[in-house]
Amino acid sequence: MARVVVDVMPKPEILDPQGKAVTGALQRLGFAGLAVRQGKRFEIEVDGEVTDERLDEIRRAAETLLANTVIETFAVSVETQEQAAAQGQPA
Amino acid sequence: MADTVQHAAETPDQEQPWAELGLRGEEYHRIREILGRRPTSAELAMYSVMWSEHCSYKSSKVHLRRFGELSQETPVGKLLAGIGENAGVIDIGQGYAVTFKIESHNHPSYVEPYQGAATGVGGIVRDILAMGARPVGVMDPLRFGPLDAPDTARVLPGVVAGVGGYGNCLGLPNLGGEVVFDRSYAGNPLVNALCVGVLRHEDLHLAKATGAGNKVILYGAATGGDGIGGASILASESFDATKPSKRPSVQVGDPFMEKLLIECTLELFAARVVTGIQDFGAAGISCATSELAAAGDGGMHVDLDLVPLRDPTLAPEEILMSESQERMMAVVEPGDVDRFLEICRKWDVLATVVGEVTGDGRLVIDWHGETVVDVDPRTVAHEGPVYERPYARPGWQDEVQSRGTGGLRRPTGGDELRDEVLRLVASPNLCDKSWVTDQYDRYVRGNSVLAQPEDAGMIRIDEDTRLGVALATDCNGKFALLDPYLGAQLALAEAYRNVAVSGARPVAVSDCLNFGSPEDPAVMWQFTEAIRGLVDGCRALGTPVTGGNVSFYNQTGTTAILPTPVVGVLGVIDDVTSRTPMGFAVPGDAVVLLGETRDELDGSAWASVIHDHLGGRPPSLDLDHEQRLAELLVGAARTGLLRSAHDLSDGGLAQALAEACLRHDLGVDVVLREGVDPFVQLFSESTGRVLVSLPEDRVDELERTAAAHQVPTTRLGRVGERGGAYVVSGSFSIPLDELRARWQATIPEALGV
Repeated sequence: MARVVVDVMPKPEILDPQGKAVTGALQRLGFAGLAVRQGKRFEIEVDGEVTDERLDEIRRAAETLLANTVIETFAVSVETQEQAAAQGQPA
Repeated sequence: MADTVQHAAETPDQEQPWAELGLRGEEYHRIREILGRRPTSAELAMYSVMWSEHCSYKSSKVHLRRFGELSQETPVGKLLAGIGENAGVIDIGQGYAVTFKIESHNHPSYVEPYQGAATGVGGIVRDILAMGARPVGVMDPLRFGPLDAPDTARVLPGVVAGVGGYGNCLGLPNLGGEVVFDRSYAGNPLVNALCVGVLRHEDLHLAKATGAGNKVILYGAATGGDGIGGASILASESFDATKPSKRPSVQVGDPFMEKLLIECTLELFAARVVTGIQDFGAAGISCATSELAAAGDGGMHVDLDLVPLRDPTLAPEEILMSESQERMMAVVEPGDVDRFLEICRKWDVLATVVGEVTGDGRLVIDWHGETVVDVDPRTVAHEGPVYERPYARPGWQDEVQSRGTGGLRRPTGGDELRDEVLRLVASPNLCDKSWVTDQYDRYVRGNSVLAQPEDAGMIRIDEDTRLGVALATDCNGKFALLDPYLGAQLALAEAYRNVAVSGARPVAVSDCLNFGSPEDPAVMWQFTEAIRGLVDGCRALGTPVTGGNVSFYNQTGTTAILPTPVVGVLGVIDDVTSRTPMGFAVPGDAVVLLGETRDELDGSAWASVIHDHLGGRPPSLDLDHEQRLAELLVGAARTGLLRSAHDLSDGGLAQALAEACLRHDLGVDVVLREGVDPFVQLFSESTGRVLVSLPEDRVDELERTAAAHQVPTTRLGRVGERGGAYVVSGSFSIPLDELRARWQATIPEALGV
């Protein structure tokens, strides 16, 4: 079982009210000098091998549903076993 | 390096992308003539956007002037501000004034339905705010493609969520509007937004920059690359080829920022630290600076590099054209600047002094010390191109008008009538719209007196005196196609009647004229006819047009939308507790029809739903009768004569009875007139008719009053029992449960929700 990650972000030139709210809240809490843009991350468990065809299919899925490409961009990446394992461990 | 004025003078032959920016060859040459040199790319950006159809009204200006011929008096007082200001302002007495306006946000709402609709609401709210008024309500006339078209399933929920999301977050009640489906809107939905605001007479603010030395302050959100579309051509070609080649043409709104902007602006007004003010709509800083400067007595100098940016890579052209939302520009006396900035800080609103008013009549914009714009602001804002577009009655108009409903099969007998009543009630345009309106907050602020599904929205203005205003928007595009002159008047008459049935006196008009391409002589003819109709209609009714908006190029391919001149009418009611609602209220009440029913089925909902037919001539209109009818209704509200009053429009009496019954789940028992086809009585869409209910013992009084106003009355029957039936005696009966089920199912079924 492999995992494919789709990261969706508001396009850089598009206003990101959520990120702006988080930025403001961080400042009020004393975390200075941090500018936040907020996106979303989809972790997709894929049956079988992650082939190029499979990735193309996921890109199509991202374009169709996961991202609103009028105002958002997305990036598709394959998560390796090591990355997945590292994520599962406490920091 | 920026393309400075000096550089432009030295490089007269440099190629410029005027065509890509939407300018015509002769327009580009005119700019060169005005300036005596080639424009800098920043100037080209400003001219191209300000001379666009959207900002300059270049195709409509010569026709819109006719609205100026109308008297600037309403039935309750004079206009405090009229066409040309951000919004018209009407004196409603007791020291109060109201301002209202409708605008379109059609094209952005097709590209990105949620944000397009949301920013449409945001834009019209800032227009109202810029007049010095507190926005107190919104309304949204919407048009979509067929309910069962696949794209409608994308556009409709997105638009409705956007309207609701933005308006609800702002805390503004949505008082009504329209939801209409027609195949002509399939690739081009219409999202019109109306806002109404209230102010005291002394708080009126106008958009002008006066007094040399006064400071120009930009406040609200930072400027980003939203909605600059075309300007990126300039930036990427003349500067940095590595930039994203296509900036998005949509904007994302932030209603919480807008809420802060509203409260902040109202406090600035109250502190009397604002000399002039302008909201940012289309064309952003280009528009605000040139309009403020052009309306004032001097010029303006702006340092563009002081504008706070969300994206530091923006070029000056892009900053000038950015349509980032939630921004305003104010002109402030130097001594008031500190106080101004302090109030902005209190509301967490970013405010920056970006320039000052000058005495030389020029708009000069610098970028890091170098001049990139040096123009006469009037040439940008007011003296743009004006076109006398050719217009001609299309050849097909006669053919359409000759194809009436005479040959269509009419239902006979109770079973057929019953079936067609139910099919109409369940049709997309006549079915229950609560799936839409339930996503809007209609009671926030606590002053909503009437809202959807009532005929008009009504809000209380003063809690003590109970003064209020009512608003309705209407347009039947099918009628406007059959006869644009009469169609526009029918829209006006329907909105006027919808306000009057609530008990408010109709006083003023705002319109949103949605049409196809002005370069098509047939569309231009529809447009000129609609304006002629509105001007004549408003003159007859004594209601001035206080402002509005024109939206052209609404078409899919070469197929234009139905001509859609949406008309909003505002009325005043002295005591909102005397309002008349639309639904039957008490079992046993008498049901009476005001007005006269003729055999008028062309362009009707019946022809469309049952036969998919559109042709013939729209119903006739008697504006004198409409006025007398309105007087009767307003007087009846004052004396508490009526328990309900409901306008007859699409679907005729059949639909009006269904809606009046379903409002409070009360049946009705109707006896139709002998000797007149029951089908005509039920489905005709003759104008000037209202369905009323009242206590039996006051019917004589109604008949006397109606006779005094020369309004015919027909006794129809009685209001029935709770949970009863819709009964047409001797013909058919529909239990209310069945009626309601058919009425409510349509939209949820189509959207699968």
